[in-house]
Amino acid sequence: MNYLNEDIDSLNQKLAQGTLEADQLAQDTVANIKQTDDQLNAWITVQEDAKPDQDLDFAHHKLAGIPIAIKDNIITKDVKTTAASHILDNYLPVYDATVIEKLKEAHVTFVGKTNLDEFAMGSSTEHSYFGITHNPWNLDKVPGGSSGGSAVAVASGQVVAALGSDTGGSIRQPAAFNGIFGIKPTYGRVSRWGLIAFASSLDEIGVMSKRAKTSAQVLNVIAGQDEHDSTLSTRAVPDFTRFIGQAVKGMRVAVVKEYLDAVDGDMHDVIEQQIAVLKEAGAIIDEVSLPLTKYVVPDYYIIASSEASSNLQRFDGIRYGYRSKDAKDLLDVYVKSRSEGFGEEVQRRIMLGSFALSAGSYDRFFRQAAKVRTLICQDFDRIFADHDVIVGPTTTTPAFDIGSEIADPIKMYNNDILTISANLAGIPAASVPAGLVDGMPVGLQIMAKRFDEGSIFKVADFIERSNKFYEQTPTGMED
Amino acid sequence: MKITEETIKHVAVLSRLEINEKDLGQVTEQMSSIINMADQLSEVDTAVVEETVQVVDRDTVFRADQPEHWQDRTELMKNVPDQANGFIKVPVIINKDEDE
Repeated sequence: MNYLNEDIDSLNQKLAQGTLEADQLAQDTVANIKQTDDQLNAWITVQEDAKPDQDLDFAHHKLAGIPIAIKDNIITKDVKTTAASHILDNYLPVYDATVIEKLKEAHVTFVGKTNLDEFAMGSSTEHSYFGITHNPWNLDKVPGGSSGGSAVAVASGQVVAALGSDTGGSIRQPAAFNGIFGIKPTYGRVSRWGLIAFASSLDEIGVMSKRAKTSAQVLNVIAGQDEHDSTLSTRAVPDFTRFIGQAVKGMRVAVVKEYLDAVDGDMHDVIEQQIAVLKEAGAIIDEVSLPLTKYVVPDYYIIASSEASSNLQRFDGIRYGYRSKDAKDLLDVYVKSRSEGFGEEVQRRIMLGSFALSAGSYDRFFRQAAKVRTLICQDFDRIFADHDVIVGPTTTTPAFDIGSEIADPIKMYNNDILTISANLAGIPAASVPAGLVDGMPVGLQIMAKRFDEGSIFKVADFIERSNKFYEQTPTGMED
Repeated sequence: MKITEETIKHVAVLSRLEINEKDLGQVTEQMSSIINMADQLSEVDTAVVEETVQVVDRDTVFRADQPEHWQDRTELMKNVPDQANGFIKVPVIINKDEDE
């Protein structure tokens, strides 16, 4: 089964009518993954015995029997969860993440766990203990990261939707690189219970799919209500699908000068074209400025790495995960297990975080970063006081060549300059396909005020219907 | 900002990580360029700005204060790398000679 021309509605209809059996769907999905994944390496674990629940109620559960991919940093009971790290390569969780519990209540079929940058730290899915994931539009290009496996699983038609996580752009950047839709909801909209923590004040679970409506349907299921997450909002969750198909006429759209200036040539033209389409449809376009944009990368790396160094303390080789064979005393267990278990990028970020939080550096680095974060939030509040959405490019370039940036961390970090701000401010943001540049997809990023995912779905769906990018299929895979 | 090899060694101790002597020069150089990139933040005037550590208004989440048997001991021990007699086993912490 290949899902390039399917969505949840079409599958639900076939399942309900009995022209498609859920069992067969699960088996065909696994068979297709096994057949195509030699080229892509989008999966860490494929559940070969994937089985749908019995007596599915297709009328009440749109997602019943539909196979969905899960990024492998989301805890799944009795199914290996590795965060793409050697330190967790045999970890078998004893409970489910809240999002998994909610998807189980909706009777989704689980088919496996997708590849990522180790502990979600990276922009290319090259930093995985389980090998590099390849972009289905061109196998020599990166799929983006850190949710590269989930993005590729959707873009290549292995599944109709996938969960990802986004700490600084990890859903939107791979969505842009693979020509799909990906949304990071408002911080606090979806429970983080059971998401292996990277940076707790920035992490957010979101959805990737070919069509915005599909993501709205999945988000409906995973958002809201959880007594396990004290940062979760108690606000009511709207039905996100009701924003699909609405007109954009009269919407107030801000275009950030600094974001547009960050892209040039053909990419600039593609983004301008999408903005022109919105204007033609009656949206009111204003140019605005976010002068702190040049500081978001350093701000993010201080905050994210500080939180990561704290969160990753729990990986000490004692209760679970990899333990070094050579350790002679207890301190040795910690140091050797961590040094042998964590990859280079993760160690780099732990060190940066420990440095920023250390006695002599705290004020100059961590405290200053937390203050700059306040100014970034205020800038967004100012724009959203009289605009519904901000639109612009998701990334500064299309997908780059595998191996071309991995030796230069600063170059790699700068890939996220356009996506990071949304995490620092906790606002929802998404990427919708805008077009192709040199045969590779580029994305249009849409941001909205906190808890206004609805405006994002409205604009994304409109863009989708205008450019019909979803009719295009990846061209890089060999037969 | 000058980052020395001594600083990096100290940070490695804080991080519970070890760096080979042969890699120390390269790690110092790389960390130095990342830290100097991060230090650009000191250009921003934040004299009268409060810190933000949490972006969303906090709604306290309550649940009933009732003890529950949440996990089975055997389940929890499943992922323990080394165990004996139902306990987690680690290398000796107190050396017998020191104890005498």
